[in-house]
Amino acid sequence: MSARAMWKGVLRVGDSSVPVKLFSALESPDIHFRLLHSKDLTPVVQALVDPDTDNVVPFEQTRRGYVGPEGEMVILKPDELTPLTPEASRDIRLTRFIPSDAIDPQQYDRPYYLGPDRSDKAYYALATALERSGLEGIAHWVMRKKEYVGALRVREGNLVLASLRHAGEVVPVSSLEMPSGPALDQKELDMAKQLMGMLEADFEPDEYRDEYRDQVLALIDSKKHGRKPKLKVVAPRARTDDLTAALSASLRAARPPAASSGKSKSKSKPTEKSRASA
Amino acid sequence: MPPRKAERRRPKTETPERDAEAAAVRGFWSGNLSFGLVSIPVSLITARRSNRVALRMLSTNGTPLRRRFFCPKDDAALEAHDIVRGYELEKDLFVPVTDDELKAIAPKLSQEIDLRRFVPLDAIDPMYFEHGYFLVPGKRSGKAYRLLAHVMEERGRAGIATFVMRGKQYLVAITARGGLLLAETLRFADELRTAADVGLGKPSEADPGAVKEFAQAIAALRANALDVEELEDTQTRRLLELIESKRRAGKDVVAAPQAPDEEESSGAEIVDLMKYLKESIAGKSTETAPRERKSPRAAKKRTVSGNTQTAPVAKKAKRRAR
Repeated sequence: MSARAMWKGVLRVGDSSVPVKLFSALESPDIHFRLLHSKDLTPVVQALVDPDTDNVVPFEQTRRGYVGPEGEMVILKPDELTPLTPEASRDIRLTRFIPSDAIDPQQYDRPYYLGPDRSDKAYYALATALERSGLEGIAHWVMRKKEYVGALRVREGNLVLASLRHAGEVVPVSSLEMPSGPALDQKELDMAKQLMGMLEADFEPDEYRDEYRDQVLALIDSKKHGRKPKLKVVAPRARTDDLTAALSASLRAARPPAASSGKSKSKSKPTEKSRASA
Repeated sequence: MPPRKAERRRPKTETPERDAEAAAVRGFWSGNLSFGLVSIPVSLITARRSNRVALRMLSTNGTPLRRRFFCPKDDAALEAHDIVRGYELEKDLFVPVTDDELKAIAPKLSQEIDLRRFVPLDAIDPMYFEHGYFLVPGKRSGKAYRLLAHVMEERGRAGIATFVMRGKQYLVAITARGGLLLAETLRFADELRTAADVGLGKPSEADPGAVKEFAQAIAALRANALDVEELEDTQTRRLLELIESKRRAGKDVVAAPQAPDEEESSGAEIVDLMKYLKESIAGKSTETAPRERKSPRAAKKRTVSGNTQTAPVAKKAKRRAR
């Protein structure tokens, strides 16, 4: 299945340009509900209504209001807002290339794939050169009347562009107070390291499923066939207060499953009832 | 529908600043982080803030407008109890799904994030990252929390788990940074397209001359760090500057009327439900989220007067419904 490009642009790297198609890397939602009039299951439409006159106000005739801290409201008119819209452009402007670890992963927002548009030559040449450099490009572009900043990377030989969150949108770790306390116990550190070592494995994203989404689909399917859906229940566990005891019990419990092959998800849950909260 | 409407819409998307700040002080998920048989009480608080400037929709004379739903067939305004959600099986054929039915299958709030796998930090492609949180230690978690953070950081590992929050299941990567634990929710694998899904084929052999040219262009733009100025939200800044200059000049400044969305009503619930569903089921795409998320007060039944008005309305509704 090949998706339709959501936008077309031109990467500008110095004097060189690379025409690209942009695709969302996010799967379009597979469960999509519409709001219906219950009487005859007609999809409803939304409208803005003036509460004073009870009349529908066409979108074109609306204003915007910004409510300030002191309860005052500033009214903004279309002819004031329109000039703030960035000028439409096809350019994806690369301003700098930096080591990939210079970008905090928390800054990444939405991922997009870039595909070659018209010609493959420049696209794969840039992808190859970028991959060899070990760097990521910082890109600026305007799409659908919105300004974006993003990181240009290579993934499996193809160019990907991740939009980045703007300054101020990521709360810095430094804004929180660091937990402090007496020095950690060496024996407990060793046990914790050992336990973590037993639980170390590769990231296997395919092993996780959104079971809620599956349940919603099952519900829809059962309603289609006139059946009642089945439900699941999860049981809670007990706990104790002894950290050392809990760590050593964890190690005993983790040993046999850790010996099994790395691919399988560690299904064997610790069986002991004791849990520590120290 | 799952309750706690105020809570569930807080962290995901366009939260006005005051909401984000409120959420930053108040933990909205509390439970236990499990490492083997060690259980560490923690709270999640959001590590993201939206720069988005919340704007109200007004009439030309400054009255806050209400969002209402209409049936295009009988041109009638609808109340909350007139509306049901439907899944489109094929064109114009819907299976209605009620709130109670969805509520019955909503996963039960889990009190536990069970870390049963620790993966190398760099094994998780940033494409998976969705939303970031801080995991702050609960009252009695001091030593175990610090122990886990220390060992994770030393070994360069992220703990992977699934858990339930706000009636929804999440995949999460727990990482440690400077003694603090962070939680980043991850997109499920089937929420991400592969390169092949979008029609990208096997990369072809690149032309050495062209590669060299790009290598030089890249080298010329090489820098060691990201310039924070590049992350500045200039579009938002321009909007705030416009607002500030109008406020200073006292131009178009009025006392804020009470917004229709400040009133609790069944009408408010509908907009939230739709938003909730968009977020929770329709994939967490927020690209088409409504600009102003609040809601109309339940108003009396009325009729749209004149066909000229329904056309733009229907067009707009379609765009929103996507």
